[in-house]
Amino acid sequence: MADFFNEWWGIWIGILVIISILGCAVLLWSQSKITVPLDADGKPQPVGTTGHVWDGDLEEANNPLPRWWMWLFYITVVFGLGYLVLYPGLGSFKGTLGWSEVGAYEKEVKDGEAQYGPLFNKYLAMKIEDVAKDPAARAIGERLFLNTCAQCHGSDAQGSKGFPNLTDHDWLYGGDPQTIETTIREGRNGVMPPMAAVVGTDDDVRNVANYVLSLSGSAHDPIKAAFGKSKFVACAACHGADGKGNQALGAPNLTDKTWLYGGDINTIMEGINLGHNNHMPAHKDLLSDAKIHLLTAYVWSLSNASGLEAIEKQKQ
Amino acid sequence: MEPTPIKQYTKEEFAATTSQYGEQTLFEVHEKIYPRLTHGWFSKWRWVLVWFTQLIFYGGAWLNWNDRQAILFDLTARKFYIFGLVIWPQDFIYLTVLLVISALSLFLFTTVAGRLFCGYACPQTVYTEIFMWVERKVEGDRNARIRLDNGAISAKKISLKLIKHGLWLAIALWTGFTFVGYFTPIHHLSAEVLAWTLGPWETFWIFFYGFATYGNAGWMREQVCKYMCPYARFQSAMFDKDTLTVTYNVARGEPRGSRSKNADHKELGLGSCIDCGICVQVCPTGIDIRNGLQYECTGCTACIDGCNDIMDKMGYERGLISYNTEHALENGLTKAQMWKRVFRPRTLVYTGILWTIILVAAITLANRVPLKVNVIRDRGMPRVTETGAIDNVYKLQIMNALEQSNTYSVEVAGIPGAEILTEHTIEIPGASNRAFPVRVQIPYGSAEKGSNKIRFIIKDAKNPTVSVTEKAVFLVPR
Repeated sequence: MADFFNEWWGIWIGILVIISILGCAVLLWSQSKITVPLDADGKPQPVGTTGHVWDGDLEEANNPLPRWWMWLFYITVVFGLGYLVLYPGLGSFKGTLGWSEVGAYEKEVKDGEAQYGPLFNKYLAMKIEDVAKDPAARAIGERLFLNTCAQCHGSDAQGSKGFPNLTDHDWLYGGDPQTIETTIREGRNGVMPPMAAVVGTDDDVRNVANYVLSLSGSAHDPIKAAFGKSKFVACAACHGADGKGNQALGAPNLTDKTWLYGGDINTIMEGINLGHNNHMPAHKDLLSDAKIHLLTAYVWSLSNASGLEAIEKQKQ
Repeated sequence: MEPTPIKQYTKEEFAATTSQYGEQTLFEVHEKIYPRLTHGWFSKWRWVLVWFTQLIFYGGAWLNWNDRQAILFDLTARKFYIFGLVIWPQDFIYLTVLLVISALSLFLFTTVAGRLFCGYACPQTVYTEIFMWVERKVEGDRNARIRLDNGAISAKKISLKLIKHGLWLAIALWTGFTFVGYFTPIHHLSAEVLAWTLGPWETFWIFFYGFATYGNAGWMREQVCKYMCPYARFQSAMFDKDTLTVTYNVARGEPRGSRSKNADHKELGLGSCIDCGICVQVCPTGIDIRNGLQYECTGCTACIDGCNDIMDKMGYERGLISYNTEHALENGLTKAQMWKRVFRPRTLVYTGILWTIILVAAITLANRVPLKVNVIRDRGMPRVTETGAIDNVYKLQIMNALEQSNTYSVEVAGIPGAEILTEHTIEIPGASNRAFPVRVQIPYGSAEKGSNKIRFIIKDAKNPTVSVTEKAVFLVPR
């Protein structure tokens, strides 16, 4: 009743509903009988027409419904009143059964948990490595992944620009089951601050970018890279002196050819100039513990073939 | 009944005339109908159809197909099994077709011979027939039943009524049980009934359907046809002057009157109708067919059988009441002429449409591919690899509509050099579906920037004639 200013409107609606229902009953009762002249035996005469005449001679014949049909109408009145006592409907009165849409939804969820809980709990008690070897668990994990993760990481889990590939062995924060689970549960904020001011001039930025490319053996200008090496100190705090990154901070390894945003000189310069701000949302409030567990096993299995091999073996 | 116009009285008038006026109900008090048993050609046919429809209904649920029930409507899994066929929600069009065929058949049969469906195959008629058979066996025919109902309460009356209602309820509950047996496997259901572990919905529907059968066939009977059935009200829209209906031959019958069997009624100035009232006594809706075609008439033809019996006894020609047409009666057509007029444009058009739909439905059903595919492209930017090749990722929702597990192969076409880098084959268990991620890669420069058309071809690995081609787009970054 939040749409109304005060309690009165709830009462008003209740009064209208009661008057309408009782009005229907009164109408029904008043229209079920008619006053007619008595015949010779002193009995009321049969009713031939309703007395309505149109165009002079078009009469409405009395075509009576069976009496039980009238009783059905009375039953609907009783049913309606009974319903309004038991269920919400009479203004702001909540009904004696305490039924509500939210309550019905919560009951469905509870029933669902009771039905699927044992299955989920079975997997929750198993080690990630063992869950990954279970074909049924993997199928659940795949469906969860396609529903929850595929929007960013792709249906094949290979990611795209800005969204990490989950099928290689290159992990920003670490690829052990525990870390994957933490990532899903808590989410990640991958922030690289804009470094242009620290690195120096535009030329310095270009030189550092060439040095970064040289770390992975990508095409680069060796002279500019040599100039850039001394400026890399600014980057080393996170990416390490050797550029191999730091999983504790989520700082990427710059010495491989896996690039989150792109491996060309312009993209790297853009990253140094403007920084990066990347966000993986936390899923602890969206998914149950057991679902996170199953999802972890699925994601872990994508880069650890042992689980899949075990499943293939079971099939043979 | 002479119509009595109703005057609206003022209070004063009413007060002044109250001694001469009384209250009359505007609702009809139901009068029980006691149809008399008939024997004859049409009665036999009705029983043939009772047996035919009910053997299918009561027996069909017990048939098995391979290791499952042959006819099962699995609502929770949204799969309908009809012998070898598995119908999915995607096949809903076939239900529409079935309903269209049913409606058109009804139009056709109604145009040809009125309410054939009502008289012989409608569940209301069929169950009423079964219930009346029980009633006759327990309480006797019309006169015995009237005597029993009018008589004082006695031990015999109570026991007969108990037996009748007991039998009725048994049949009704068995009907409800059979009905639910088409939605829950009936062998499983019977085990549940024996152990009394029925679920709440199974219990509800068994008793609801059973109660509806008991109420409709035992108590409501002709009132269902008179007050509830919409078909009774719009049937006249499908009638024309050549429609065969149950008709009393007024010219031959009138003037009606009783006479001695040996008297020559023509000399007495009488028609063939001896006014015995049998046609009224046998009528399950309680009408007098001699008043002409009425909406209450369900075309059950009990009056034809009843009257023919009397005509035989009187030594008159049969068919005072018979299937006849308005046209034939007006113009004195012979039987042959009358039957020839069944083939008139109206019925031919109905027949033509009906057979066209049946044929089209049968052909599409026979060629139905038991494989359904939906392609969803992953949203977002395509990937560009180090070599400049471009990846697009798709989710293929593949549904195996067969009952056995099956392997499918996926191919891609439409862009030169396009290939699938992920797995090409997928095994899907019977009667289920799976989402299958597919990564398609095209070499650098093999397609225009922007949106390009590609096709996925999904084939049954064992039987490549079963294949589905789905269109999709492949995005190339600008």
